[in-house]
Amino acid sequence: MVMIDNRQQYRKQTEQKSFTLIQAITNGLETMLEADDNVLLLGEDIGVNGGVFRATDGLLEKFGEKRVVDTPLSEAGFVGTAVGMAVNGLKPVVEIQFLGFIYPAFEQIATHVTRTRARTMGHFNLPMVIRAPYGAGVRSPEIHSDSIEAFFTHMPGIKVVCPSNAYDAKGLLITSIEDPDPVLFLEPMRLYRGERNDVPLDKYTIELGKGRYVERGDDVTVLAWGAMMPIVEKAVAEMKAKQLTCDVIDLRTLYPLDKEIIAESVQKTGRAVVVHEAQATGGVGSEVSSIINDTSFLYLKAPIERVTGFDVPVPLFSIENDYLPTSERVKRAIEKVVSF
Amino acid sequence: MKEKYPLFVVVDRTGKLVSESYQSEITEEKVQNFYYHMVRIRTFDRKSRALQRQGRIGTYVPFEGQEAAQVGSALALETEDWMFPTYRDHGATLTFGADMDRLLLYWNGRLEGCVPSYTKNIFPIAIPIATQLPNATGAAMAEAYKGTKNVSIAYFGDGATSEGDFHEGINIASVFKAPVVFFNQNNGYAISVPIEKQMNSKTIAQKAQGYGIPGIRVDGMDVFAVHLAVKEACDRARRGEGPTLIEAVTWRFGPHTTADDPTKYRDQEKTEQMREARDPITRLERLMKKYGFWNETWIKQIETEIENELNEAIERMETFQQPDPAHMFDYVFEQPTWTIQEQKEALLGRGGA
Repeated sequence: MVMIDNRQQYRKQTEQKSFTLIQAITNGLETMLEADDNVLLLGEDIGVNGGVFRATDGLLEKFGEKRVVDTPLSEAGFVGTAVGMAVNGLKPVVEIQFLGFIYPAFEQIATHVTRTRARTMGHFNLPMVIRAPYGAGVRSPEIHSDSIEAFFTHMPGIKVVCPSNAYDAKGLLITSIEDPDPVLFLEPMRLYRGERNDVPLDKYTIELGKGRYVERGDDVTVLAWGAMMPIVEKAVAEMKAKQLTCDVIDLRTLYPLDKEIIAESVQKTGRAVVVHEAQATGGVGSEVSSIINDTSFLYLKAPIERVTGFDVPVPLFSIENDYLPTSERVKRAIEKVVSF
Repeated sequence: MKEKYPLFVVVDRTGKLVSESYQSEITEEKVQNFYYHMVRIRTFDRKSRALQRQGRIGTYVPFEGQEAAQVGSALALETEDWMFPTYRDHGATLTFGADMDRLLLYWNGRLEGCVPSYTKNIFPIAIPIATQLPNATGAAMAEAYKGTKNVSIAYFGDGATSEGDFHEGINIASVFKAPVVFFNQNNGYAISVPIEKQMNSKTIAQKAQGYGIPGIRVDGMDVFAVHLAVKEACDRARRGEGPTLIEAVTWRFGPHTTADDPTKYRDQEKTEQMREARDPITRLERLMKKYGFWNETWIKQIETEIENELNEAIERMETFQQPDPAHMFDYVFEQPTWTIQEQKEALLGRGGA
């Protein structure tokens, strides 16, 4: 059984609080700053200002400027600085203000962050996390809305994680910080202040590389992550009126993908729809399709459908909703694979 | 700007101290230590070029001409300090304590050579230009975080000053007063592009002004001047006074790499004149003769010692165990992901996919 959901267990054991996704991130950072003196935060406006989204609100006051470091506006600089810190025993958690601002740091990530363990045969490793809000749908200015996870799932040496709710966000963040290797932690800014979850105040972890069944059904497997989850859930709920039920899988980790959960579900339903807001070509959806092809080809009753953004720069916000996948498009894809 | 950032010299081209006040710096121990290391790394460098020509190692990056800069700086460090070298700084890493046979393995395409030392804090050489500057800043900030007196030193060339990471690394270090020394070797050329086409400023040292940190321009062919300047910058860093930018003005006598033909872009005659006038080892020899440190017996002895050390290292490199393709899979993550595991098994046919 691949379903990983230990919420019930935690509910019984520890004190809970109702948190939005971003509050869970703040609480996860606070938990780790308390638990490990080697953990420190670096980024633009994360100290006095508490982060442009308030992800680090109150942490400077509590932990001081040695642990919560306002850096110059210098993505390559502070990601490169984090590399030097990580090889020298610290566990930096770096905030990139928006994922679309990560481009200057691309060289540091490609040539040092992801490569140092491999090129030193494990002599140096980089226990560091790069956090970044991503995605469109909140009427942000240009470049602020990019969804470029595939650049990093393609890059060897870094894990890519993307929670869709408060409970997963804290658990996955703690696991990422404790991971001996670098993790890119993508936060769906569109869901930052959405639905609340009960979140344990204690430290807890969620294994990386494991997806989660959000819902169980018989006819179609719908796979998504991050900001696409509510859209998928709405579509699937509406399909019930047509007597169609779906397995809904929140992949949660984009590298490495959870091959088992994908195969298990698709082998049961025989139909798959993959949903992501990033551009179609070379997107993580292609990799999910490839896993289905490798593991479950003979179980398929219909070709795999992808519902994605388009091969265009994410447009300015007046038409960003036309770029983004919608519940309507997801429903059409479900109907298409069912009626094939 | 050249007046504002004058070249710091201790020993002039004739081997004479520029001021008698430096007399106390010139001890036999120091002279011999500098000379030994400079001869050692030059022998290594020449031997490596020969090994490349014979097909016994791959493309090699020579540093001949830069021995004073590399030895003078490396010997200014303390045991626990951090070094962030480029691909042309193995003279410095060797002097600081890198393993010679691992270095040869590196130039022979072996992953095992990528860790310069298992005892000294030396980061694997940076190939992408200037990327190691922010890394050095981070290691230095981590030392400050831990409350030690250790510093880090970043090596980089003149071309690196045009990269964004040069600015970002120094800027962050200056803001946080990180204990780091930015040690530039200005050897006149970034492959084929001369310094005049690399920057409009007359010196590299003057760029320090933009960061509100000291900038020192030092004769990179004068091992005493380099050593004093770097030592002083390290002391400043250890006292918590922040970073220093040092420009060591030097010259690369050889090609950019063994795959490069410098006659295409520079007048080799000028380089030969430069060697005649400024060779760092010749200059030290002139000083040794002038001040009574010339000792033929000792020189013969160290030459033999170095020759033996090198031959033994080459022997170990050439008899090293065969490369294992499994290694490309085994160190990407602490635990290989399933994709890497499957790919490894597919390639090596072990365990079954």
